[in-house]
This record gives sequence, structure tokens and C-alpha cells, in this order.
Amino acid sequence: MGIEGIGARVARKEDKRFITGSGRYVDDMVVPGMKHAAFVRSPHAHADIKKIDVKAAQAMPGVIAVLTGKEIKADGIGNLICGWMIHSKDGTPMKMGAWSPMAVDRVRYVGDAVAIVVAETKGQARDAAEAVEVTYKEKKSVADAVEALKKGAPQLHPEADGNLIYDWEIGDSAATDAAIAKAAHVTKMHIVNNRLVPNAMEPRAALGHYDKGEDHYTCWTTSQNPHVARLVMSAFYNVAPENKLRVIAPDVGGGFGSKIFIYPEEIVCLWASKRAGVPVKWVADRTESFLTDAHGRDHVSEVQLAFDADNRMTALKVDTVANFGAYMSLFSSSVPTYLYATLLSGQYAIPAIHANVRAVYTNTAPVDAYRGAGRPEATYLLERVVETAARELGVSPAELRRKNFIREFPYQTPVIMAYDAGDYETSLEAAMKEADYAGFEKRREKAKKAGKLRGIGMSCYIEACGIAPSAAVGSLGAGVGLWESAEVRVNAVGTIEVLTGSHSHGQGHETTFSQLVADRFGVPIDSVSIVHGDTDKVQMGMGTYGSRSGAVGMSAVVKALDKVEAKAKKIAAHLMEADEGDIVIENGELKVAGTDKSVPWFQLALAAYTAHNLPGGMEPGLKEGAFYDPTNFTFPAGCYICEVEVDPDTGETEIVQFVAADDFGNIINPMIVEGQVHGGIAQGIGQALLEGAHYDPASGQLLTASYMDYTMPRADDLPSFKVSTSNTPCPGNPLGIKGCGEAGAIGSPPAVINAITNAIGNNDLAMPATAQKVWSALKAATKH
Amino acid sequence: MYSTNYHRASSVADAVKLLKKADDGKFVSGGMTLIPAMKTRLAAPSDLVDLRHVPELKGVKISGKTVTIGAATTHAEVAANAKLASVCPAICNLAAHIGDPHVRHMGTIGGSIANNDPAADYPAALLALGATIFTNKREIAADKFFTGLFETALKDDEVITAVAFTAPAKCGYAKFPNPASRYAMTGVFVAKAKDGVRVAVTGAGEDGVFRSKEIEAALSKKFDASALEGVSVSAGTLMSDIHANAEYRANLVVVMAKRAVASANG
Repeated sequence: MGIEGIGARVARKEDKRFITGSGRYVDDMVVPGMKHAAFVRSPHAHADIKKIDVKAAQAMPGVIAVLTGKEIKADGIGNLICGWMIHSKDGTPMKMGAWSPMAVDRVRYVGDAVAIVVAETKGQARDAAEAVEVTYKEKKSVADAVEALKKGAPQLHPEADGNLIYDWEIGDSAATDAAIAKAAHVTKMHIVNNRLVPNAMEPRAALGHYDKGEDHYTCWTTSQNPHVARLVMSAFYNVAPENKLRVIAPDVGGGFGSKIFIYPEEIVCLWASKRAGVPVKWVADRTESFLTDAHGRDHVSEVQLAFDADNRMTALKVDTVANFGAYMSLFSSSVPTYLYATLLSGQYAIPAIHANVRAVYTNTAPVDAYRGAGRPEATYLLERVVETAARELGVSPAELRRKNFIREFPYQTPVIMAYDAGDYETSLEAAMKEADYAGFEKRREKAKKAGKLRGIGMSCYIEACGIAPSAAVGSLGAGVGLWESAEVRVNAVGTIEVLTGSHSHGQGHETTFSQLVADRFGVPIDSVSIVHGDTDKVQMGMGTYGSRSGAVGMSAVVKALDKVEAKAKKIAAHLMEADEGDIVIENGELKVAGTDKSVPWFQLALAAYTAHNLPGGMEPGLKEGAFYDPTNFTFPAGCYICEVEVDPDTGETEIVQFVAADDFGNIINPMIVEGQVHGGIAQGIGQALLEGAHYDPASGQLLTASYMDYTMPRADDLPSFKVSTSNTPCPGNPLGIKGCGEAGAIGSPPAVINAITNAIGNNDLAMPATAQKVWSALKAATKH
Repeated sequence: MYSTNYHRASSVADAVKLLKKADDGKFVSGGMTLIPAMKTRLAAPSDLVDLRHVPELKGVKISGKTVTIGAATTHAEVAANAKLASVCPAICNLAAHIGDPHVRHMGTIGGSIANNDPAADYPAALLALGATIFTNKREIAADKFFTGLFETALKDDEVITAVAFTAPAKCGYAKFPNPASRYAMTGVFVAKAKDGVRVAVTGAGEDGVFRSKEIEAALSKKFDASALEGVSVSAGTLMSDIHANAEYRANLVVVMAKRAVASANG
């Protein structure tokens, strides 16, 4: 692997600029003549707009323009769309309500954009935004998805009768019901997956610049997929044709999914730049982020898991209501369907599965993909019901899982996914050993003497990464293909640029992608640059989400490297008068195997560009591109074990041990993988213990709109994690890798809750398991 | 944040003069609540008059058992005062657990009690210690000072100059922090002095800090955590919010009181 090749713990190249404050984020961008924007936002969850009076605001100091929804509509800018078509079980297409970039006649959630003010300074823009007089007629609102489905609930969109976007199903309903009817045991649970706010460190931002001379737009934005942003803004929102629109996503401070989507603000800033004749920059403050970033999760489910007399799983039945918020965000429809219900088989051989999912409009922020996107919801539901079943059946949770593991691959689940490889037993064994599972009862006794309730919980997750085979997702309704592109440019002096359609917003691509090149050509990673995030520099690409940059993005790089290597070997063979098949590349040199003949890498590159002596008919240069379309999803899996101590007096939970044993296939940089797992577990523990977006049911106001009320996990909330990996290489891609970006957030919540419910002896506990909830559940358990 | 005019007062008299001249001025002494409120545009004073650098408001004086803390003394200074720790360690410990290091180096005792956040720590201490609040106009007993949520007996142009109390034989503080803000979701300060036991609760009351008669009665019989076994407090006047309901807070009052007594008894 070499010291910088595949498998090496190389320190991250990008960290120097990040930790010394030299990163370049959208807010750092300055364009001559640039002005600042503030949005006027709805203070109501649901209201008709009767009148917008901008006169007073226009007269405020420094104000350049005040623009409203009527004007953006008049200029032909289109409504925002959801790009994945889902059909209800009755065959009708999903019911998408109109989402204007700025509300025209009705607002549907607190934070809905109503107008934009452009002024000389940010402060002036904000002052003027407060002076825009909007006359609202308030309507009744509904924040809870189950309530929104009830008869008589406030209606959000005329297109979606009863607020129902779709009523979708997967699996064999009849077979599932039949298996449940004759089961020896059925475990039933009501499972709520709490709504989360993504909270990337960098808030969303956009800088729109219309160049009148060129009739050309540039948009700097906090995006995980600038090419998709350009495509959507051109093809659907009518901002500008693709060749007249450049989208740049520079350094981006975390995304977690929330920066996949195209939001109103970047569209409005681009349009406003033309209207106002100045470059327009908007940067969200933290409250705007809480109010308007797409939230995650928010499912309410009923689940039944059936067993035969031998404790083998025979059927799983799930009924889920998914809260979509006020508008359908870009990929929202796919999250509780193809990213959720297709994973409900987990690591288990379950002959019959049926899931029904209803997607619902409410007067809340839009909900879309957030780290894990559907897979945490599936894992939480399944792993809680499995652990609870083990308690009801009086068997060890590990044994019950072991008995039902899938052991032969490939394995076709009843819910579309075909698992290609895995070894769940190995992860389970590794986690149990590291956690000293066998010694738990002794630790429980010891804790009891100290007045604490100790509990242990397990979670065996599977997820689908490497999103995704284009033809497959196309057949399921996706509006785009999910391949990735790469171009490898060897410069005339031998340094190398890799242009990738993947986008790094914290993942460390500048290091790991460089390691692929170092591994291949034996050059130092410092001589490799990774270029990404600019539609004018990089060929069309699909961006980063769903743990796809390794399995899909790197696979494209590998394909391009193959082509560069083949051409380099041809040139080397020609130069050294050797057979092409005898050329090997080692330590930055092309050698003729078994001889002392060699050409240094830089000389080979120079030869390709001077073109003085190339094989007959060969084009000069050394630059190759490739597109890679995956053949299947990849299936990372693992076992997490959490151990907690609960203070019975206060209900406070302390996580005393957390073990993660993951199978990510082959690994490029173990240190970066561990970092991803640590971050994912921190987010998963955040969901399990601390985080929850809370809308006031009566007013629809977001009560958790700052860090005073929304609890982000902090270092002292978390233990040191014990992480390890095993490896069943993925057979579907050239590097044998699976993806690791979301696993921690997917696998950890059920392990935490299973541990607490084990400690307190009550399975009825919802996330986030705050001290009060645990105390109440403990009280309820001891009453009986 | 709206634009504002900042003034650094050189003396209490100067501060009062500066405030009088302002359209809609406010004293600031650390600003750990006021500045965030201004940043979120919930407060918009035309002028800020900073008391934090007034020399006569700074420092801790100890004479026998009498403790006087200048209003502009920071939490970090209180926490680190070794002499104070030798007569009343609980107050140092309380100060050491307010907010985070940034807050402790900016926030002051005068700023904290003038703001009287219902979840702040100092009001519980001063009420339980039977402290006296000195201002540029008068002396106010802690029992009369804290009048409601973010409300005190202070007049608009009145400046707290110091707080003073007699260190009790024993005292202790325990709090259960709100997981998000880390303010007290319930904090209990217990003090056993010559004239009896005083117990003050912060973070839990509908009207802010209050004395718990039930717990005072139990601890007056025996100043020990065991005296609180089976004691319950009424949830009737306690706060319910998204973080904790009144019933849970009632439980926390007793649990934190036990821990405070245990800490007082060392």
C-alpha cells in the first residue's frame, strides 16, 4: 500500500486550512459591487397573504431592492420540485403542491420566504426586512403528521386532498398477514422516529452574480452537488440555461444531507442579482437554519414481527406515517420509500415483509434526507422490535439475531434489495467480545450497589450505500441517474489533477482520492490535487450523499486511472523499446520488469506532452475521463453494543461503553473511516438521547429554534468509542469498498434505547430519551 | 444585531449620567443574556453602559464571616477566590459551574442577579444565604429583591454595587442542568446558619427563584439528606416546558436538595 497508498493512515491534506481558519466558504467570497440580502419570513405556520407593502422598506437607508413572490413569478421562475416520482398503491402519481421560491398568496410554515431585501450592508437589509409590512390572515395549522391525516385537519395544498401525498406499499401484504395469523409469537410496537435538525457547522449561504455583459450567472452556494443544482435550476426553475449558469460549491462546512437540496434562497439570489443589477449575497443565521434547513426523520410507525415456535422470523408488517413538512423537498419522496422500506429485512431472513407508507403535508419545515436518510428509520424500527421480541420470548437478544441472520449471499430480500456480500456473525462476535457481553451481569450487580441501573443494548444494522445503479433508480422513479464521473489529468511535469463529480464537505476526499493515485503511480500525495465543486472546472457529476463518494466516485477515478496507466505503459514501452506487458509502475518510475531500465514518472509525462517520440498514431497528452455507473447498491453492516447507567433518582442516562464493529469492505484510509464512524455515532447518540425538533401543536412555532432549546451532543455527553472493522469486500465495485459515512448514525440509536429499556425494565420509551422521559418510564415500570 | 452605542463607565456616578443621556439605554455587566438577545434582535437598546470596568464594583472582601462581593466581579473570579473558598466553598463551586469558561470570564454576579433569569444559579445562593444587595441608592434584602421572572426590585437607574452575606456554618448547591442550555433545570441551594435553615430553588418555579418551606422544615429537624426521605414538594407552582414538566421538576427539587445537603455536610 505504500505509506500514502490504499489502506494507509494518511493525515488529512485539507485539515491545515480548515483548522487554521484559511478555508474559503461562501461567506468568504467577495465580488466587486456585492450587496447583502435578508429574507422576510413568515411568522405564522399557516396564513393567507393579503397584502405586502414594501414602501417603507424601500425608503430605508442603503436599500437597493425589495422583491416579492409576485415579481419572481412574473419573471417566469418556476416552482421548486421533488425529483423522485412515487406512485401510490392505487397507481396514481404523488400529489405535489406548488412551492414558489417566495410565497405568493399563502405561507405554510414558520420561516417560509415572503420577500427579499437587498441593501448595502447585512444590517441594513435586516432592518429593512423588518419594515416590510405583510398583512396575513391566519389559518389553523397542523404540525403533526398523524393529526394532519385526520378528517377536518387544516388543508395545506389543493393538490393533496387530506394532506396525503402518497399512500405507497411494498412487499406481499397477503403473505405477510397470513404468516402473522399463524405465528407462534408476534411482537407489536408503536415506534416514533423523532424529527431532527441537521445543524451543519456552516449555515446555508448563496451568492448570486449576474454578469450583464456576458448574460451569464454565477452562483456560489453551500451545496453537496453543484452540478445537480445547476441542472435543476436550469431545467426546472428556469433561472438560466446550463451554459449560462456556473455553480460553485467551495469549502462547505458540513452537509449531512441538508445541502443536497436546492432551496429557494439560491434561486432568489441569482434572480435578484439580475433584477437589482448587483451581486447578491445571503448567509443564513442560526435561527434561519433551524427554521428553514430541511429537517430529518419524523416517522410514526406501527410494527409487527412474527415468529414461529422455533423463534424464526416469519413476517414483518410495518405501517408508517412520514411527515414531509409544508413542501416536497428535492429527494423527500424517496426517503421513506426506497431508502427506508427496502431495508426492512435488516440482517435477517424474513420470508414475508409488507410495508405501507403514507407521506403527509404539515405546517412545518420541509423534511428530506439527513445522514442515513430512511435507513436509520428502518434500523431503529427493526432493531427495537427484535430486541423487544427477545425479551418477550425470554431468549438472549444475540441468540435471537444469530438464529435469524442471513448466511448465504447473494440474498434476495422480499423488498427489492439483493444483498451481495456480508458476514454478520463476525461483526456480532467482534462487538460482543469487545463489549465483554458475557461479563455484563457482574457489572450490573456492581452498578446496583452504587445505586445505578445498568443496561445493555444491541443493534445489528444493514444499510444500502453506493447510491445507485442508474437504470434501477430510474425504474423506481428517480429523475436523475446516480453514476459518477472523474477525469485524471497528468500535467507535463508529472503532477496530477483529479477532477471529480463528488463533493467534499468534510469527508476528506482531497486525501483519500489522492491516496488512490499515490497507490497507482507511486507518486507522493502532495503532487496530486483533487478538483471538485465547480461546474466550470469539472465535468458533469452527481455529488456526494448516501455514502457514495467511495463506492461510486472513487470507482470512476479508478476507471480513469486504468486508462491513464494503459497509455503511460504504452509510451514507456515505446521509449524503452520493451514489451508493453513487461512495464511495471513502482515508486514513481515505469520499469521494464526484470531489467534495470526505467523512466521516471515525470519524464514519461513530459514525453506525452512534448510528443517528440510517441508510438505511431498515438495522440499527445496524458488525460483520461471516465463515468462509472454502479451495478448494485453496496451493503455495509455491523453490530453496535451500548451500555448505560441510569440514575433512578433523576432518570439521567450515562453511556458508559459504546462498541462499534463495522464491515465496510476494503478501506482506503482507516483514520478517516474511524472519524466518520465517531461522527456518525455522535449524531446517533444525539438522536437517541438529546435531539428533537419540537413544534408547538397549537401555533406551529418551532420551539427548538436555538441551542438554548435544541440539544446538540457535546463531548461530555459521549464516551470514548471502541470501534473496529472486519472486511467482506464488496464484489460490485473495483475497490471492493462499501461506504462508511452514515453507518454510525444508522446503527447507534436503537443500541442506545435498547440499553436504556434494558436498564429500566420498560420497553415503552421514545427518543430522545431525556432524563424526564426515562424517569417517567422507570416510574411506570415500577408501579406494576 | 441592531446598531447600538457602547459606553464604558468609569464610575457608578458616570454610569448613571451616561444612562440618563441615552434615548433607551441599558446597563450591561457581562451581557451574557443581553448580548445574545440583541443578536437575535429581541432587544434593541440605543446605548449600552458597561459597568464591568468600574473599579469600585470589583473584588471580593472578607472580614471574619462577612463576605462582600463587588457587583462587577466575574464568575471566574468568584470561583477562583481561595479566601472565599475557605469561608464559603459552595459559592465558589456554584460560580465554577455557571455556563462555560467564556461566560464565566465575562459574566458578573451583579449582571446575573439584575437579570434574574429564572434558571440562573446566583439568585438561589443569595436567597438561601439571606444576602443583602447593595445599590447606589439603598440596601435590599434578597427576600425582597427577586420579584418575578426577570424582575427585581431595582429601579431603572439603580446600580447594584455589591452583594454581602454572612457565611453560614454549612451550605451547598446542586443543580440538574438543562441539557441544551445547561442553565439550571432545577438548582437547590441549602444553607444552615445560626438563625435556621434556608433553602432556595432556581430553575423550577413559575415565578422564578423561591424558598421551599417543605424542605426547610424537614432540614430544620435534621440537616441531613436522610431527613428528606419521603418528603415531596408540590408541583402546583412549578414550571412546565418542553424540557421538563412540573411533576418532574418537583422530583428534582427533592433530589437536588438531598445532593446539596450532602455536599454541605462534606
